Amino acid sequence: MADALSMPQGNILTRRRGRTGWDWTDWVSYLYLLLGVVVMLGPVVWLAVSSFKSPGNLSEYPPTPLPYAYRSVVVEGYDKPLNLYEVTMEDGTVRQLAQVRRVGIQAQMVDPAEPDKLIPVSTREATPVRDLGINWSNYTDLFEPSRNVNIGRYAFNSVFITVVATAITLIINAMAAFALSKYRFRGRNAALVAILATLMVPATVLLVPVFITVAAMGLVNNLWGVILPTVATPTGVFLLRQYMLTIPDELIEAARMDHASEWRIFWRIILPLSTPALAVVAIFSIIWRWNDFLLPLVVLSREHVFTLQLALNSFKGENIIRYEYLLSMTVMTALPVILVFVFLQRFITSGIASTGIK
Amino acid sequence: MAVPSLQLKHIRKSFGPTEIIRDVNLSIEEGEFVVFVGPSGCGKSTLLRIIAGLEDASEGEIVISGQPVNDVAAADRGVAMVFQSYALYPHMTVRENLDFGLQNIRMPKAQIAQRVNEAARLLQITELLERRPKQLSGGQRQRVAIGRAITRDPKIFLFDEPLSNLDAELRVQMRVEITNLHERLGNTMIYVTHDQVEAMTMADKIVVLRKGQIEQVGSPLELYNAPVNRFVAGFIGSPRMNFVEGKAANVTSESFEFVAPQLPPLRLPARAAAIAEGATQTLGIRAEHISLGGPWTAEVEVAEHYGASSYLHCRLPDGTPFLVHEPGQSTARRGDKLAVDIPAAHCHLFGPDETALPERATGAAA
Repeated sequence: MADALSMPQGNILTRRRGRTGWDWTDWVSYLYLLLGVVVMLGPVVWLAVSSFKSPGNLSEYPPTPLPYAYRSVVVEGYDKPLNLYEVTMEDGTVRQLAQVRRVGIQAQMVDPAEPDKLIPVSTREATPVRDLGINWSNYTDLFEPSRNVNIGRYAFNSVFITVVATAITLIINAMAAFALSKYRFRGRNAALVAILATLMVPATVLLVPVFITVAAMGLVNNLWGVILPTVATPTGVFLLRQYMLTIPDELIEAARMDHASEWRIFWRIILPLSTPALAVVAIFSIIWRWNDFLLPLVVLSREHVFTLQLALNSFKGENIIRYEYLLSMTVMTALPVILVFVFLQRFITSGIASTGIK
Repeated sequence: MAVPSLQLKHIRKSFGPTEIIRDVNLSIEEGEFVVFVGPSGCGKSTLLRIIAGLEDASEGEIVISGQPVNDVAAADRGVAMVFQSYALYPHMTVRENLDFGLQNIRMPKAQIAQRVNEAARLLQITELLERRPKQLSGGQRQRVAIGRAITRDPKIFLFDEPLSNLDAELRVQMRVEITNLHERLGNTMIYVTHDQVEAMTMADKIVVLRKGQIEQVGSPLELYNAPVNRFVAGFIGSPRMNFVEGKAANVTSESFEFVAPQLPPLRLPARAAAIAEGATQTLGIRAEHISLGGPWTAEVEVAEHYGASSYLHCRLPDGTPFLVHEPGQSTARRGDKLAVDIPAAHCHLFGPDETALPERATGAAA
């Protein structure tokens, strides 16, 4: 097989147990892995493909695997382009006709070659002529000013919240972790346990108290009202603390003897040496803040402070859901997180491995 | 010399109920090379850290150049420390490692560069200045760590087992280099080690510690020749001193007999303190002072050949291990019975409480 020639680290996709052929365990493991790929990747692929479908194509049953667009022709005497259908005529011949209008199961069609003559056709006999076609308008429409979808504004809000919250998260969590890992003080373990215990409290339970606090601070409909409650994350503190425990105390003592203040030790020694763990916390924080929905939903109710996630939600009207826009915007919203993950993935694995926790 | 470089007065240190340092008193003169030596857990590193200011003494006073420094921060005590792990900042280059401390005290840039270059030249690490610690060998890291201490121009250098991470050959080399450095710089240096060879070869003054207490302070040869107790006698000197349990008999005003089981009695000169008839005693004799052909017999178990000399691991008739040094290449084999002579002048005698019983002052020098 080909894997005999490929590089040792390159053959992970074709690696198997049987030396000469496929062992039954190979079949089982590959099938299991394939199932995992389908289950996890399936919805994402469906989302991406469907975001290019036209509204009609989306609501079709059974759904088409790929986006199709109706082929249409401009027929003399009609303002709009008409959709083409393949129609089986009474005499058994198949003709391509353009549909003018449709009433119930009856449609009036016209031959593009003879625009004056209307032909009545039963819809059962007609199948639309379609090509594989990408409906870019799902995306382009979002940016049209007339649509009143202020996507630039939402994107800015999302980016602002993500970047600022992540920066503050890193600094605050690193400072807490530094104290918890490198200072001996009474109640240190109690403080750590208390911080970790907050992991057990579901965010939904805290929603109301958090909102009341935010409201009392006058931060409703203010981006800071979403940033401030989220900057201290127990996971981040724990992750960083575990990593900082591995930094030798002698380094800090050496710095102390080198006239470095505690603040300077933190910035010049601890932070640079914690980069792998900081990267992990940054990635998590970016993903959490970007995907955050519940807290922004509660705190941000005005359109001009909407994040992308809230804007998505707003496409779901009371009576109608514009699936085509919902899907295209979901793709755009998910894209940054995917990119972050793709490029910073190696930090996640190495960072998590080095903190010694899963 | 006017003011001692360092004085420790009644230093005690305890972590919770465990006492690590018990009442240590010590005075170190300007420019001395002092080695703290002792088995692991004896508190020598803790004592060094107390001097450095990295630990607070539970009780007692630390005086550096006449100034009490108990309440002075580590950085301001005028001491520099070389850590066992070197503690080089891994993310900084060698130059940054050396000047970090100087930048922190806002020294002018030109002066920093001058100091760093001087230290680098002294330690021959000039060409390594732009490298990171990871790219250096163990010996080079060691030099950088010492260089970092030198740039601070301290009154006292503190070394915490600095050679324990090096291989045997490099250790010997660095030992000489540190001694040379001391000669050139002339600063007071305090050096902690558990290796008594390092202590013997480097020190002006050795401080032997056990269980947080000073057992003996003195020059290497003082400690070798006149250990004050059995612990120091066993700890100083390589190979370890032989100890033989026995009893005193036939005590006269001039001499007495040391009687070990199944061995002919040994007549030794009288000690400073009176010896009771039949008192339990331990005789200490170093392997290198034993010569062949004498009253005692020992059975050879293992013969170690070093080429220039041989060490014969023997047992006395009662089973006590007994090491004999034979100059040149020994022909002894396993099972051979050796006749050994115990020269009275080199015998150390320890009482039941393990303290040494020195010879009367008029006697021959030990």
